[in-house]
Amino acid sequence: MNSKISFRDVVKTFPMKGATFTALGGVDLDIADREFVTVVGPSGCGKSTLMSMAAGLQEPDSGSVLVDGKPVSGPGPDRGVIFQQYALFPWLTVRQNVEFGLKLAAVPAEERRRRADAAIGLVGLGEFADALPKTLSGGMKQRCAIARAYAVDPQVLLMDEPFGALDALTRVQLQDQLLETWSQEKRTVLFITHDVDEAVYLANRVVVMAAGPGRIHRVIDVDLPYPRTEEIRLSPEFRRIRNEVWTSVYHQDEAASAA
Amino acid sequence: MAVITPLDKTAAPEQQRQQQTRRTVRPLVLGGLALVAGIAVWAVVAALGLVENLPTPAAVASKAGTMIADGTLASDTAASLRRVFIGYALGVVVAVPVGFLMGWYPAVRAVVEPYIQFFRTIPPLALIPLAVVLLGIGEVPKIAVIYLASFMACVVASFQGVVDVDKTLINAARVLGASDRVIFAKVVVPASTPFILVGMRIGLGASWATVVAAELIGAQEGLGYRMQKAATWFDMDAIFVSLITIGVLGLVMDRLLLLAERRLTGWQERR
Ligand SMILES: Nc1ncnc2c1ncn2[C@@H]1O[C@H](COP(=O)(O)OP(=O)(O)OP(=O)(O)O)[C@@H](O)[C@H]1O
Ligand SMILES: [Mg+2]
Repeated sequence: MNSKISFRDVVKTFPMKGATFTALGGVDLDIADREFVTVVGPSGCGKSTLMSMAAGLQEPDSGSVLVDGKPVSGPGPDRGVIFQQYALFPWLTVRQNVEFGLKLAAVPAEERRRRADAAIGLVGLGEFADALPKTLSGGMKQRCAIARAYAVDPQVLLMDEPFGALDALTRVQLQDQLLETWSQEKRTVLFITHDVDEAVYLANRVVVMAAGPGRIHRVIDVDLPYPRTEEIRLSPEFRRIRNEVWTSVYHQDEAASAA
Repeated sequence: MAVITPLDKTAAPEQQRQQQTRRTVRPLVLGGLALVAGIAVWAVVAALGLVENLPTPAAVASKAGTMIADGTLASDTAASLRRVFIGYALGVVVAVPVGFLMGWYPAVRAVVEPYIQFFRTIPPLALIPLAVVLLGIGEVPKIAVIYLASFMACVVASFQGVVDVDKTLINAARVLGASDRVIFAKVVVPASTPFILVGMRIGLGASWATVVAAELIGAQEGLGYRMQKAATWFDMDAIFVSLITIGVLGLVMDRLLLLAERRLTGWQERR
């Protein structure tokens, strides 16, 4: 098997006022090396929980989460994480935030600076490298968080609604940038989003989750070639897949009762 | 929130500087006017004899002059400040690590917190009689009580600071490869600095209040002692000089800490 990330019958519960709440009830998913997988599903279906287990921030109650065939035993710089809440260090400037992981990896100062500036430039924050997070807009904070994850150059990118706070234009720009770096450096990406268009546009496969308990509802292959372009975005095939994803996200109940 | 771009900064430096001076000068002018008005009201009230035994500003000023000339004001002030600084500094230096340990290790919290919660409910001033019995009437009991006052204010604040550190910031550091030690030094300490500084300001106020009261008992010098002695001689002028000195010094120390707070925690989003 050459799957980069595997979830095997993963169950995750949270204690809730005496009872237990099942956030994930048996999730099986294999993500191949260099694959781009997006996850969509209703709010509260366990998307962030799934991702934080791959990041090593939470452990499954039963089942296992494997990265490179080995059980995840904690976070590591091989997996970059972009959190749904930007999680920038407010006392550090944009550049210092981006350099944080590089410092921990003991990257020499000169190279650190170069790599940080490259990542900052990539997300278009060059002019704000010395600004504090409080002076940034929501979308700029999110871009800074993206740069921080990119800078350490992880093999796996775990992204939790990273483009959620961005305006439509910046969002499309960053989607294209992400696809470009992904196809150049071939990372494995697990990308959570609310946006069905975005899910289809980026992915090799779209995972549609359902709630109560959180589980995988459907996995839809996106047989569209890369590089993805505006032309592809407007193609009938794109629209067909998009509608299929849309239906399985927003009409889960009908599908379940019809079956 | 407005975003200040580097472009804005270079485009209108003149205008910005003007705005800044206006922002700092206007409150100063208003404050000065309020001060003058207050003294004027005081002078009128004293001149008309509306309040019995109220000294006039002029009498208090001339008394201050003699107290400065004969050196009593300076030595009293020095004595009080020395007590406050020693007690306060000791309190802060002990409280911050204890608060950190309580916030970081649940076991430490479980052991220490009941004591802190209990002693917190006792006003430090209420401990003065006990301190005198246990420690005599020298410098030690006074400093001990001030120490307790500042310790209590700071320990709770730094403990709360650690507990309130945003969990996602800790996770963000962990996924970037930070160890527990690095997380403590690079995330927990800076994130709780604002809380600690608030605790330090409260502690300073408490210390200052406590020193004056502590000096009412068996001191040989100090602003509180001077007031007590003046009261037995019915020397209203000297009482006023001491009171005003206490107020001014307290204000100056608080402003200094506020300045430090602004500098150290300017990164905070203010609502
Ligand atoms: N630490 C926790 N304690 C208790 N319940 C939790 C915890 N973390 C998550 N949950 C619950 O688990 C469920 C899944 O949460 P999760 O954050 O994974 O949802 P999500 O799919 O990412 O939702 P959204 O799209 O709104 O971000 C939610 O119902 C949430 O209430
Ligand atoms: Mg989520």
